[in-house]
Amino acid sequence: MKLSLTKVVNGCRLGKIKNLGKTGDHTMDIPGCLLYTKTGSAPHLTHHTLHNIHGVPAMAQLTLSSLAEHHEVLTEYKEGVGKFIGMPESLLYCSLHDPVSPCPAGYVTNKSVSVWSVAGRVEMTVSKFMAIQKALQPDWFQCLSDGEVSCKEATSIKRVRKSVDRSLLFLDNCLRLQEESEVLQKSVIIGVIEGGDVMEERLRLISGVSRPDEVLECIERGVDLFESFFPYQVTERGCALTFSFDYQPNPEETLLQQNGTQEEIKCMDQIKKIETTGCNQEITSFEINLKEKKYQEDFNPLVRGCSCYCCKNHTRAYIHHLLVTNELLAGVLLMMHNFEHYFGFFHYIREALKSDKLAQLKELIHRQAS
Amino acid sequence: MAGAATQASLESAPRIMRLVAECSRSRARAGELWLPHGTVATPVFMPVGTQATMKGITTEQLDALGCRICLGNTYHLGLRPGPELIQKANGLHGFMNWPHNLLTDSGGFQMVSLVSLSEVTEEGVRFRSPYDGNETLLSPEKSVQIQNALGSDIIMQLDDVVSSTVTGPRVEEAMYRSIRWLDRCIAAHQRPDKQNLFAIIQGGLDADLRATCLEEMTKRDVPGFAIGGLSGGESKSQFWRMVALSTSRLPKDKPRYLMGVGYATDLVVCVALGCDMFDCVFPTRTAVRLWQKERFGSALVPTGNLQLRKKVFEKDFGPIDPECTCPTCQKHSRAFLHALLHSDNTAALHHLTVHNIAYQLQLMSAVRTSIVEKRFPDFVRDFMGAMYGDPTLCPTWATDALASVGITLG
Repeated sequence: MKLSLTKVVNGCRLGKIKNLGKTGDHTMDIPGCLLYTKTGSAPHLTHHTLHNIHGVPAMAQLTLSSLAEHHEVLTEYKEGVGKFIGMPESLLYCSLHDPVSPCPAGYVTNKSVSVWSVAGRVEMTVSKFMAIQKALQPDWFQCLSDGEVSCKEATSIKRVRKSVDRSLLFLDNCLRLQEESEVLQKSVIIGVIEGGDVMEERLRLISGVSRPDEVLECIERGVDLFESFFPYQVTERGCALTFSFDYQPNPEETLLQQNGTQEEIKCMDQIKKIETTGCNQEITSFEINLKEKKYQEDFNPLVRGCSCYCCKNHTRAYIHHLLVTNELLAGVLLMMHNFEHYFGFFHYIREALKSDKLAQLKELIHRQAS
Repeated sequence: MAGAATQASLESAPRIMRLVAECSRSRARAGELWLPHGTVATPVFMPVGTQATMKGITTEQLDALGCRICLGNTYHLGLRPGPELIQKANGLHGFMNWPHNLLTDSGGFQMVSLVSLSEVTEEGVRFRSPYDGNETLLSPEKSVQIQNALGSDIIMQLDDVVSSTVTGPRVEEAMYRSIRWLDRCIAAHQRPDKQNLFAIIQGGLDADLRATCLEEMTKRDVPGFAIGGLSGGESKSQFWRMVALSTSRLPKDKPRYLMGVGYATDLVVCVALGCDMFDCVFPTRTAVRLWQKERFGSALVPTGNLQLRKKVFEKDFGPIDPECTCPTCQKHSRAFLHALLHSDNTAALHHLTVHNIAYQLQLMSAVRTSIVEKRFPDFVRDFMGAMYGDPTLCPTWATDALASVGITLG
């Protein structure tokens, strides 16, 4: 694997990761994101609907929390998790936890780390952890680590030191086990760094950051790869991403969008007073809530000009109907749109870096962040 | 007594069915339905997409499976989002973006089965909406009006539906009332050139009542007939006899739609008895049943069905059905689906919906090919053999039904 930077501008890195995968001929663009999955499948999506999406990243994120309980099955299967989940051509990164589900604190010991699956807690020692990775055979996997300090608000220096020590010990043990296994040597261990200096040549992947404004902030601090769970969270609350990332739209489009935005803002204030369900508190200004009554007769696509399957085939009114009637198709269509919109955002980040227009993109995003 | 046929019904209704082949032994037919949104090969299984959606699969996926006609439910759609909105969206086709054919039911069945406070009078069915509590009357005219707004290619008359387990004068009353309601539907139908109104034969499990209904309704020149009032709680022995009686008295050149029948064995037997069209919620519901509370995870196979959540499939690395050509079977193993079904990713259900619909459509396609190739009786024997281990182990009712049309097993 080789990190090849095209340019570095104000701390932002643009480039490619080359020689990826078991055959060494895959490439990924950075800054970029990974396809978020649950139990090895994009949420709500089958192979067919996933492939309707334009710009799906070359690498998918699997979570150990969703796969650890299938350890035995995967060991017997022998051919690796990529083939098992029906994504043999995709690059795979296995993270410890699911960034969407917070895990309870207090379960990390000197000898083990726990992940939280649907079935409950799965405790892992280094040897169990490495045995699972041997069965999974991902291209990259996040090393066992003590990540609890980032969850807590008030953390003592002692606890931070303990976390670093534990993580380093886990890493050493993992590396030692990797040396003893031919299978494991085909995977790259991603070490977890909690603060401190980062060497230039190393790839930087951050966990738990997915919101558009936060993504830009991290890119300015030199982060290369992100998780794409934000579009999933938006989907789950019945919302669609509508934020603009075209920092150089044609003037007519800007005018139309401005007029549209003004309308939206007027209505939004009124509605937020009337409807205050639990979900609404989490709704960001990057999205619209399709459950709102005003979309009942809105025959526009989710986003004008969007080329995703949902926007090319369906209307806001239809999605509203699906949500109101609790139909599963709502999640499918929203996920398709939200992923495509989000992957499009990353494409524009790279374009902006290429043409030195990141400041415009940043300004555009910040204008939309409430 | 049933009302006299009106002027409108004496005009010749379009012949929408073309027979391509007939089994020389049984009453099975292979044909084509010529509908406003394209041709449909029969016999045909029509998946049920209750609320303008086929559960979690897109219209593109449904089209890719070869589906050319599916169902929408007037009761549900009439309430949410309502006929006015759907009309603004260019009908149900436009609203859900389905380019092929749609059949809508009248709303009557759901009314009676789903609503606890519904009352049937000569006017229609009076009920209270479960969503806003408003009282509404669903009359024959109203039902046709809603279906006209939905714009479906085939619409159903409002019939007076009585459960097949009910006996006594109510059955007779419902039968005669259904004839009168048929005439009112024909009179109220605003778009006979664009939408095909089917009659529904009632009469419960009483041969005389059914015969009377058949005699009267076949005097009305509608484009097609449905056989209703069955697939409820009646015994299979009574069920097949009523189906056979119906098909023996229905015109050959018009389609016969057997409502609510969808289990594989039933489909095959009823094709033998002369039915052309079928619908059932079973394949999609069995994949998705009560999503929030329990997920069946049931996959249809030639030997019955697999409950993929069960531990026995945990390490089963083969596809659901090695003979199946659907995307789920092409790409995924039983073991993976088992794992996915135990997660909270809805994709698991969509994989099964795709497969189950594919199974039903492939079955009908195989049935049709066997009729065209003049080997339907052999097909039936092979089918029963696969399903029951041996053709002679087929349930008695099915053996009797097949024998009645000249097909012997084993």
